[in-house]
Amino acid sequence: MSDKASGEGIGQPVRRKEDFRFITGNGHYTDDISRPHQTWTCFLRSPHAHARIKSIDTSAAEAAPGVVAVFTGKHVADDELGGLICGWTVTSKDGTPMKVGPHPILALDTVRYVGDHVAMVVAETLADARAAAELIDVDYEALPATISLATCQDETAAQVHPEAPRNTCFEWELGNKAETEAAFARADRVVKLDLTNNRLIPNAMEPRAAIGEFDKGSGIYTLHTTSQNPHVARLVLSAFVGVAPEHKLRVIAPDVGGGFGSKIFIYAEETACVWAAAKVGRPIKWTGDRSEAFLSDAHGRDHLSHAELALDKDGKFLGLRVKTIANLGAYLSTFSAAVPTYLYGTLLSGQYDLPAIHVEVDGVYTHTAPVDAYRGAGRPEATYLVERMVETAAREIGMDPAELRRRNYIRTFPHQTPVIMNYDAGDYEASLDAAMKAIDYAGFPARKSEAASRGKLRGIGMSSYIEACGLAPSAAVGSLGAGVGLWESAEVRVNPTGNVEVMTGSHSHGQGHETTFAQLVASRLGIPMEQVEIVHGDTDKVQFGMGTYGSRSGAVGMSAIVKALDKIETKAKKIAAHLMEAAVEDIAFENGTFTVRGTDKSLAWAELSLAAYTAHGFPSGEIEPGLKEGAFYDPTNFTFPAGCHICEVEIDPDTGITKIAKFVAVDDFGTVINPLIVEGQVHGGIAQGIGQALLEHGVYDAESGQLVTGSYMDYCMPRADDLPSFTLGFTKTESPSNPLGMKGCGEAGAIASPPAVINAITDALGIRDIEMPATPARVWSALQSAAPRAAAE
Amino acid sequence: MSVVSMTVNGKPASADVEARTLLVQFIRDELGLTGTHVGCDTSQCGACVVHVDGRAVKSCTMLAAQAEGAEVLTIEGLAKNGELHPVQAAFREHHGLQCGFCTPGMIMTAVDMIRRKPDLDEETVREELDGNICRCTGYHNIVKAILAASQEMR
Ligand code: FES
Ligand code: FES
Repeated sequence: MSDKASGEGIGQPVRRKEDFRFITGNGHYTDDISRPHQTWTCFLRSPHAHARIKSIDTSAAEAAPGVVAVFTGKHVADDELGGLICGWTVTSKDGTPMKVGPHPILALDTVRYVGDHVAMVVAETLADARAAAELIDVDYEALPATISLATCQDETAAQVHPEAPRNTCFEWELGNKAETEAAFARADRVVKLDLTNNRLIPNAMEPRAAIGEFDKGSGIYTLHTTSQNPHVARLVLSAFVGVAPEHKLRVIAPDVGGGFGSKIFIYAEETACVWAAAKVGRPIKWTGDRSEAFLSDAHGRDHLSHAELALDKDGKFLGLRVKTIANLGAYLSTFSAAVPTYLYGTLLSGQYDLPAIHVEVDGVYTHTAPVDAYRGAGRPEATYLVERMVETAAREIGMDPAELRRRNYIRTFPHQTPVIMNYDAGDYEASLDAAMKAIDYAGFPARKSEAASRGKLRGIGMSSYIEACGLAPSAAVGSLGAGVGLWESAEVRVNPTGNVEVMTGSHSHGQGHETTFAQLVASRLGIPMEQVEIVHGDTDKVQFGMGTYGSRSGAVGMSAIVKALDKIETKAKKIAAHLMEAAVEDIAFENGTFTVRGTDKSLAWAELSLAAYTAHGFPSGEIEPGLKEGAFYDPTNFTFPAGCHICEVEIDPDTGITKIAKFVAVDDFGTVINPLIVEGQVHGGIAQGIGQALLEHGVYDAESGQLVTGSYMDYCMPRADDLPSFTLGFTKTESPSNPLGMKGCGEAGAIASPPAVINAITDALGIRDIEMPATPARVWSALQSAAPRAAAE
Repeated sequence: MSVVSMTVNGKPASADVEARTLLVQFIRDELGLTGTHVGCDTSQCGACVVHVDGRAVKSCTMLAAQAEGAEVLTIEGLAKNGELHPVQAAFREHHGLQCGFCTPGMIMTAVDMIRRKPDLDEETVREELDGNICRCTGYHNIVKAILAASQEMR
């Protein structure tokens, strides 16, 4: 490899290839695409959180101007389409599989959340479709709704699905109960905390959109859609929903304006567009508006937990026990069952040598939008719990929180935790030290008293997080209930002129794959980056792949490319040996040139590429013409990015407003291909984490089940003036689980930052806990209750 | 329906549209200039910002008819003779975009911001960006890019 030679190699902050089209307005997002003779659709949604549909009269809508067709759940049922599925099966502690209620594409006789899909109107224009949807007469019998997580398992709570008594989908556990109880029995101290992980609404800036098409001649369906994993969408639509056979369905995810998990899932609207396109014989386009996104995109987080940490007299952790109730919403979304179980319970050891852990999670249904993976998915919930517990323990035993962490860090690898994960590499203290230095931890008391002299309350809080990324070894996830393998694919196609196309099963929706993947390929082949094209997001162009989520595209997606490049090099050397009349063992390949060792014979990349296709005189049977190789890479383990984030806040006691005064993040992502892009990923993650800690909250009315935070007027998105600039640092231990030593960086910021912020706020206020989001109202109220103490200080 | 005419990116543009047509719909659907985006339905996100007679405007907040006779500049018209505008170049140089969806609105807002306030500092940039939401970048590099561009344009 000629890594740094060209300034484009691995580790270089190369400016992004994809930027030109975005900064000039030439991107192609789904809503930018129009198909000849397309129609428009809109969906009639339930205004009730829970109701029985007595009847639906669509006659007035059908007769309205411009209307092409109106579809209801009955049409879907008549066509015997399957429902939407959850691709991961969780088994309860009593050995029974999770209890799944059906998830029809359009509601048949019951609606289960505000925004549930009732009917679909297809018309010449969007305005026509919307006007006609108003004319549909649905006779609802409103029923009591279950909204509250705390009471949804009561015998008296309204049932979301008859299949799941007490609204309980599963009662799952992990870890060793007896050992954990023994640890608590011999503990010198037990720290207890009730924790809420607030409900979040993902809000990728591009709303979901779809265009369904059907070609009568070939019988081929095409779906343009805002997807993070077009192949998985195609598989689900074919194998489970039964819209079309897999080979007759093309799914294209063009430029996608952010995902954060919310565009992994296969939703009703996209499915309906492709299904109905064949029925109306014209393309059907749907573009969600923001209000629909709030109502119907899968939401994130929403846990209630009780946690207890057992310590000995020296502050050594002995055991952790956790009981969590996790909201799944009204239906199981594509990966929802995995998030509060295998992506959560498995990370409860944090960075610590915790000999005994026992966690119980009840996954429950409520009459709210489905809840599924949102940036971090399970791991932010685990980190929040662990890091709030550690900080609380430190305060209760009067030890510096950094010192308590040091006493308990895992220091030797590999390390088997009591909750499945086998950590393969890390140096947690290195990140802690670097973060403490960057924020000037020692100088904090002086800053605190200076702030106090101005009447402000200053606090500091840290978070030593770990996550499991690089999802994931197929055998491992298979044994845990996954319906899929989590390998990734790549194909490297060398053209006769020497430029290269790389088909990747990963999908970029902001992560910059077109740049980082090209950096890898260009540096390996010794050609300029502009001669490398990264192709993704089209099932017709790209072999089956698993897509992008769980910070997997570097560790898994790029590893697949490395494997394909290995094969390319092997074949190219064979061709070079033939052309230069040498033995293969004597061929060297460096900086884009093949040489015969010990001679002055050489062959440039472009010459070899052309020769591969002219194929003149290739010894028949020994060398096939052409230069194209594919590979599937299945990781040997998860990867374990880890680090330390420290937040310093300043609170105005008169208003309760919290200002982030400083935020330092030190992360160990293993090998970094492009630091510019990696830093950007961390910035974005931290902003979402600070959003969760201070601003964002998806709220339903407890009685009516109406979404109270259904627009940007009510759901507080982090804006530029809510945030500071961030100070970043990196430490490095390479992951032994993939050829590049990468760990993944996409979610770290969102995982690490919420507990750092809340630890800082509780430090500033001198209180034990405050619920997220710590809004000015909550902070102010907390100050009023803590007033005697604050006044005394 | 009525005919609305304006100049868009230096070229005359007109179309017969319903009175309720928003400027952003006129730009995207009638003119096919899809660089201007729609990210919300409450005039909060700024993905749709264009310039009308030299001032930054949320094009989802204005009827096409209100721009009758106006000079409209969209992201597609910002680069001149194949040269990126300094703000576009700065966004690329400082990695001020990830998914790119908020980017056209951010850039058009920034160009107007720099015109109005040539002596920008970080705090002012953050305040001025209050009407533009980005979910990807955490704003860090957007702020950096705008400050760098304003330096360069001084
Ligand atoms: S689309 Fe205009 S402000 Fe959001
Ligand atoms: S770059 Fe994606 S929303 Fe700003």
